[in-house]
Amino acid sequence: MGWVNQDKTAIVGIGSTDYYVRGQSYPRTVYEMAAEAILMACEDAGISVKDVDGLAYYSGAGMGYTGKFDSAFLMEMLGMPHISFTASLTSGGGGSVGAIGLATAALMNEDCKYCVTIMGLQQLPQTRLGTVFGRMAPDPENSFLQPSGLVGPGHMIGVLARRHMHLYGTTQEAFGEVAIATRGHSINRPKAIRRKPLTQEDYMASPMLADPLRRLDFCLESDGAVAIITTTSDRARDCRQKPAYVHAVAHGGQREWGRAFTWYGMPDPYFASSGHAFTANRIWDQSGLSAKDMDVALLYDHFTPMVLMQLEDYGFCERGEANDYALSGKLRFDPATGKGVNGGTPVNTHGGNLNEAYIIGMTHITEAVEQVRGTTVNQVRDCNFALVSGGPAPLPVSSLVLRSA
Amino acid sequence: MNDVINLGPARLLPGEQISITTNTATEPFWQAAKEHRLTACQCGNCGHFRMPPTPVCPECSSFQMTWPTLPGTGEVFSYAICNRNPATGEEFIYVPVVVELDGAPGARLIANVTGCDAQDVHIGMKVVVEWTPISDDWVLPNFRKA
Repeated sequence: MGWVNQDKTAIVGIGSTDYYVRGQSYPRTVYEMAAEAILMACEDAGISVKDVDGLAYYSGAGMGYTGKFDSAFLMEMLGMPHISFTASLTSGGGGSVGAIGLATAALMNEDCKYCVTIMGLQQLPQTRLGTVFGRMAPDPENSFLQPSGLVGPGHMIGVLARRHMHLYGTTQEAFGEVAIATRGHSINRPKAIRRKPLTQEDYMASPMLADPLRRLDFCLESDGAVAIITTTSDRARDCRQKPAYVHAVAHGGQREWGRAFTWYGMPDPYFASSGHAFTANRIWDQSGLSAKDMDVALLYDHFTPMVLMQLEDYGFCERGEANDYALSGKLRFDPATGKGVNGGTPVNTHGGNLNEAYIIGMTHITEAVEQVRGTTVNQVRDCNFALVSGGPAPLPVSSLVLRSA
Repeated sequence: MNDVINLGPARLLPGEQISITTNTATEPFWQAAKEHRLTACQCGNCGHFRMPPTPVCPECSSFQMTWPTLPGTGEVFSYAICNRNPATGEEFIYVPVVVELDGAPGARLIANVTGCDAQDVHIGMKVVVEWTPISDDWVLPNFRKA
């Protein structure tokens, strides 16, 4: 049966700064960008920042992977009179949409009334995400990984992608199609960083950085901040925008995925997967829905192969069939019909981490909100349900379904 | 597309740029490596292998560990081909591999492989351990094409 808190909370406000190529937001600070995003989200919701009394983070309240948000400093800066909930999911970007579940837990426990989820980051040369693992000091656990020279997330994901190619015959053309299809969605997005049309020839000419992955398989490294406000559905009805109901949400995962590409102990078929099977099953159990019921899919796309593997974990296609699914055009949005191509569900209608901006998954949530409001740029016609995922990464990963009011 | 480009020999990253640290659970693995003896953490109660070593057996919750001497051979489970030395940024072809260890079901090591051209590394390739001296007199298990 259905989840007890289904549609009991809603996202009512979203705000984002401009998006910058990494380092280009300087001399702005992360806190200043976070303040802008939070105040915009409050304006969008039609509430005062002084009404905000909860903070639900992910990634250990990270700002990027090197800094930490401090709730007391946010209060001091923004003039919030009190807070009655402040907590975070653990690990990294895998928890992005799980933070909306954390906010729901807080709201349903009556800990707070308006809960902010925030991510902001600035990648100055000493804090680049692309090299973050390689800059870690040796410790007893990473001493079994770092000496191999798998120092960047792209190196690490390349090893999973290779196994998928080996098991299922997945091709680099299918990785390319993820980049090409979603680039098609960012061309008309005013804030997107990559907006030039992309062809399969462009893709194949892109240099190999971690064979089998090319530069164009890697997402952007961006600066900026995005804030989201979640409240109870009762309060949502008094807010400015049409509510985006939290219809199903889950975080976590199973031992067979565990520390994932910082461990590499995953048995088949988990090794060549996104690690999302567990939370995917949870949201489908919570909602009674399945992939075919989704009008749009906002899938965390730090690397193109992980989009293919999520399509399999969520059940858009069978395991091992994402290559053919993608190459048949099913990731693409057709503006003429307002629907997918060839019976597919449009993926990352905002351009995703690959093309619009990489704010560690937050832009996927804001696009899902705008899709179910009916106000986005590449608007899916009659968009009732939007699936959003957190990053395929060491657990927790997370899954969210938003429903249109 | 997918023309095979000759990338040249798969090289091992220079040992002098590699550092490790240990704790009580992992030190026996590295002490064995100093003696050029490949081992893996095995539960002293139920025989389950786990790598990297952790303090408790995830199958039976026993704290007993044993460190059997393995044959030192294995098979490539997956890999990526990388082209820059992470310490210096210089062009440098190396191939990080996930290796399934013979004699220790379920235990894997992540290392570099050498003894063939980078583009010839493949899943299922048989490998044998190759010992690389690293910083602070530790020794790292890498692999060579068998």
